Amino acid sequence: MRIRVDPDKCEGHARCYGLAPELFDVDDYGLSTVKGDGTVPPALEDKARLAIANCPEYAVEELDD
Amino acid sequence: MPRTQAVRDWATDFDVLDDGYVADPFAVWDRLRGTCPVAHTDRRGSTWLPTRYDDVVALAHDIDHFSSLKISVIPVEDEIAPEDRVLPYGLPPISSDPPLHTWTRRLLLPWFSHRRVDGYEAMTRQLCSGLVDSFVDTGRADAAAGYAQQIPVRVIAHILGVPTELADTFTGWVRDVLEFADDPVRRAAGADGLLNFFIAEVARRRTEPGDDLLSELMHSEVDGKPVDDGIVLGTAALVLIAGVDTTWSAIGSSLWHLATHPGDRRRLATEPDLMPTAVEELLRAYSPVTMAREVVEDIEFEGCPMQAGDKVLMNFPGANRDPEAFDRADAVVLDRAVNRHVAFGSGIHRCAGSNLARMELRVALEEWLARIPEFRLAGDEVTWAGGQVRGPRRLPVVFP
Repeated sequence: MRIRVDPDKCEGHARCYGLAPELFDVDDYGLSTVKGDGTVPPALEDKARLAIANCPEYAVEELDD
Repeated sequence: MPRTQAVRDWATDFDVLDDGYVADPFAVWDRLRGTCPVAHTDRRGSTWLPTRYDDVVALAHDIDHFSSLKISVIPVEDEIAPEDRVLPYGLPPISSDPPLHTWTRRLLLPWFSHRRVDGYEAMTRQLCSGLVDSFVDTGRADAAAGYAQQIPVRVIAHILGVPTELADTFTGWVRDVLEFADDPVRRAAGADGLLNFFIAEVARRRTEPGDDLLSELMHSEVDGKPVDDGIVLGTAALVLIAGVDTTWSAIGSSLWHLATHPGDRRRLATEPDLMPTAVEELLRAYSPVTMAREVVEDIEFEGCPMQAGDKVLMNFPGANRDPEAFDRADAVVLDRAVNRHVAFGSGIHRCAGSNLARMELRVALEEWLARIPEFRLAGDEVTWAGGQVRGPRRLPVVFP
């Protein structure tokens, strides 16, 4: 599983970071990015799905590769 | 005496200051969603009230048609031309559109980043714990006026670099401006108090700069130029106003819920791991803030003929109760896993202090529940403030 944060949609709610700090970084302006290339270790897939489902801006996405 | 004339038809003549609505707006939104999901009133100027999640989010994102230059639905009669006012830009960034919004917001955001907010947690915890100390042995407290109201004002005063000893004065000004906005005398008194205070604080910092938010705003440069005094004053006033009333309301509403729902209270007291989802759920169910937008040009929205100059209430609290967007929308589900709530807004005006507000709400509940796991309403009357920020103002509780 691989995920990304769409920088055009992210408004800095930081819900993803709150739910899964292992997978996301957040900068001083509140913008979230995925750590590394966004590959999610199997043990963290549930957390990644929660981050996707809780983003109020629909900015966290699963990539189909 | 009621503050407003009785409302007979909520679809065509709603009033957010109606006593019944302030105490329980949820039933009104539920009825409107099924019959007239975007309500209208001509009270205090032509204003629209959307009640569905998708509509509120769509309006928040359409910044070309819905401006933030006017965010209050209670009009202020101001004779002074905008360029001659002490605050020519209002309270940026909340009362601004891009491009002003973009750079004023960037000045503020780092002060409320996750990293900074982590640094404010210890003082917040100490503050909450000290407040609990002051009443825990008496068996009773006003959880709103004696606890919730006392917390955010001191944290935000610390961040701004202004004396926390003036907390009660700040709270008075903020209540005058927001809660009593329909009383021109109180509103003007609160606004003058706030403004004159910050004018003096700014003057003092010219010679004695500190390492606080206000000093940094004054000494920031944007495109090689210092920030205009009107922006510094407006932004400082915004931080105080927005940092005080809103979070205090969220803490108070959450304690009201726990006082009146023993099952949830016991569960949260005995399962502290639930706190992260519980905080989001309490924010969803009791979202305090409803800012307005101004219609820029005539536009039809969901069949409604909105005209330039009309106001639209950004009903995020109502959106968060929409059963189309949330299962069991009217129930508080402390472990709700999927919760795309918009308590902090949606789009470019997402609450700049949301990280701080979350931390304050979590710490306030943790410190209260650790010492007072059992409590209930004292039976005295609970009072609510409403309008554009909703929360309890008197919340007497007793504990064994």
